[in-house]
Amino acid sequence: MSFYGIVDGSESSLKHFLAQLPGVDQVGVDARAAMLATRSIKTSSKRWAIDTAISMVDLTTLEGADTAGKVRALCSKAVRPDPTDSTVPSVGAICVYNDMVAIARTHLDAIGGKHVPVAAVSTAFPSGRASMEVKIQDTQDAIDAGAAEIDMVIDRGAFLSGQYGLVFDEIVKIREVCGDRAHLKVIFETGELVTYDNVRKASYLAMLAGADFIKTSTGKVAPAATPPVVLVMLEAVRDFYQMTQRRIGVKPAGGIRNTKDAIKQLVLVNETAGPEWLTPEYFRIGASALLNDLLMQRMKMDDGYYASPNYVTID
Amino acid sequence: MTFEYAPAPESRAIVDIKPKYGHFIDGEFLPGKKHFATINPATEEVLSQISLGGLSDVDKAVAAAQKAYTKTWSKLSGKERGKYLYRIARILQERAREFAVLETLDNGKPIRETRDIDIPLVAAHFFYHAGWADKLDYAGLGKSPQPHGVAGQIIPWNFPLLMLAWKVAPALATGNTVVLKPAETTSLTALLFAEVCQQAELPDGVVNIVTGDGSTGAAIVNHPGIHKIAFTGSTEVGKKIARAIAGTNKKATLELGGKGANIVFDDAPLDETVEGIVNGIFFNQGHVCCAGSRLILQEGIADELIEKLKVRMAKIRVGDPLDKNTDLGAINSREQLSKIQELASAGDAEGAERWSPACDLSAKGFWFAPTIFTGVTQAHRIAREEIFGPVLSILSFRTPQEAIEKANNTPFGLSAGVWSEKGSRILWATQQLRAGVVWANTFNKFDPASPFGGYKESGWGREGGKHGLASYLKEGK
Repeated sequence: MSFYGIVDGSESSLKHFLAQLPGVDQVGVDARAAMLATRSIKTSSKRWAIDTAISMVDLTTLEGADTAGKVRALCSKAVRPDPTDSTVPSVGAICVYNDMVAIARTHLDAIGGKHVPVAAVSTAFPSGRASMEVKIQDTQDAIDAGAAEIDMVIDRGAFLSGQYGLVFDEIVKIREVCGDRAHLKVIFETGELVTYDNVRKASYLAMLAGADFIKTSTGKVAPAATPPVVLVMLEAVRDFYQMTQRRIGVKPAGGIRNTKDAIKQLVLVNETAGPEWLTPEYFRIGASALLNDLLMQRMKMDDGYYASPNYVTID
Repeated sequence: MTFEYAPAPESRAIVDIKPKYGHFIDGEFLPGKKHFATINPATEEVLSQISLGGLSDVDKAVAAAQKAYTKTWSKLSGKERGKYLYRIARILQERAREFAVLETLDNGKPIRETRDIDIPLVAAHFFYHAGWADKLDYAGLGKSPQPHGVAGQIIPWNFPLLMLAWKVAPALATGNTVVLKPAETTSLTALLFAEVCQQAELPDGVVNIVTGDGSTGAAIVNHPGIHKIAFTGSTEVGKKIARAIAGTNKKATLELGGKGANIVFDDAPLDETVEGIVNGIFFNQGHVCCAGSRLILQEGIADELIEKLKVRMAKIRVGDPLDKNTDLGAINSREQLSKIQELASAGDAEGAERWSPACDLSAKGFWFAPTIFTGVTQAHRIAREEIFGPVLSILSFRTPQEAIEKANNTPFGLSAGVWSEKGSRILWATQQLRAGVVWANTFNKFDPASPFGGYKESGWGREGGKHGLASYLKEGK
């Protein structure tokens, strides 16, 4: 087997490839991310950024308490985030657990939301602690139920103990299950990988194994999508595109709660990977509370004042 | 659709620039006789008229400083002097935005830098030295080290207020009084600092500011009432000062030119190295004496790194210095712009390959696109002479020894940088480099606690840290 002609999938080829990647200097990455956070995005560019961010939101509910009703309500919100303003774009996707996929898909189709894909978290999300059979079945179920996007987690235990081949094989297998039917997002849980060097290695591991997207976090562990972590991942997709001519997407998830944070992410994309990534095809933001803040800021730009939170829907 | 950043200009309403300024002598502003214009280098708009100080103005200022030294400042305890410094530091913080906008208007550097780097460092220098004022007996400089008296301080235009802070804060902390001359093109923040001295109720005559040109500076250097010279500027002027004070009792610290080598080994953290290179040469339009203006790359990674650098340079935002998103502002003066153009042309003529990203430069004001030269060798003028602009000369090396030899093969010795993920290599390289400051995996980082100064023709003495105090004190018994 050959993956992009770069590795053959064996433990030794992966170890060799990952070892020759340049290191990441923590102080330097933090400083660059902090500098980019000072970009001042105003007026017309803010308006564009808010709408773009809305179209990139993977509107998410991943609770033990999720019900069909809760998921349907979220679907309605996803299709028409602001029922009083039809110029607000739909979000990028709905992100739910495996057993909610069919409910979400059916409801989206029924309310004119055929264009909104359903993403399912998979492979024993969030811990990833299950047998490979279970992970494959988990993924297969979700795709059969209508999931067009699979958000899988990597085996962090295997990664941290240096078993890169194991991590790689799992991604390859899930990639096979997805085939042409579903996009594959690979979640690293960067809060558990801890170092930026690990984030860079995990990024290449996932990209080489066939990920369509690399994703920071499950949302269940803090810290999650910090700007420097996203910066390191954006550098990885940029350089991978140079190597292979294949454009991989990035999805920060967890901790992005307001418009300011979302715009900071877009600035990171713009000045690191480049404007080609500034579309929902290549950049998503996994969030739940963020959408309402984007809507409030959008209204404020139109009306010139902040409306009561009661003017945005709580679903 | 692309993500265009709409203009985000910082308001200049916060600054109140007077049409004309005098000298600040003995606690008050005295009108000058002759004046010259100070302009905004980004637009060539005349901002104000600055007084051209002559011998009599310098005389008055030195007399005021001498009087303040004997009557008040030398009689105060270190603790009392420290209180004034703390007060000045706090006022500088309170008025930080005002200083940042004024500095950007007068100097041309981006508001992001004045707001996030220059002015915070200025306040930090005053806070740091305020802390030293009552601890000089324990600084390892002997028992009861004594001040020299009146310090004559001449500062450059690249970091106008920061260089003032580097000079004034240690002078006052150690008990000296000051006659300071800001650079001809950037007097405004020094004059605003004079207002801060009034606001802090600093005793009259402790800080005196005489504006003017080179002749004003010469009058300070040659004045018999000056006991210590502190100068930051070109090596050429530094040598003149050294000649002028030879045979006198005047002490001097000189912070002069540089041609900093930034050495990148093949195991460097490449993305952060690119950031460090950009920060090393394009910070403050390259108007930095310790700029990393010679990039020395290990051959195995040279092509890859230069490609990455070009991609990054295409993202540098050149334009209105007051815009909060600007990365590279205006060149400080027409004179400096011609110097940069002249040396860049020499690079072309000597066969180096020039590259700049596409930049939309304004017709008004003084601008120079961020530029790199590849294929540069030690024999090129652009590898030897200080350009003091956003121009990087790129050389290569094969072995670590060769890198060090090339880095040290310069009459200067102010700064150097080493990029590697290997700790032992960094330690080895830093021991070999003949430079006053060596940064490892970073560049252009400043801290008041860290002494700064040059080897060889980059200067005499150190500023900042405990070492910086020594030059303002006579060694105690």
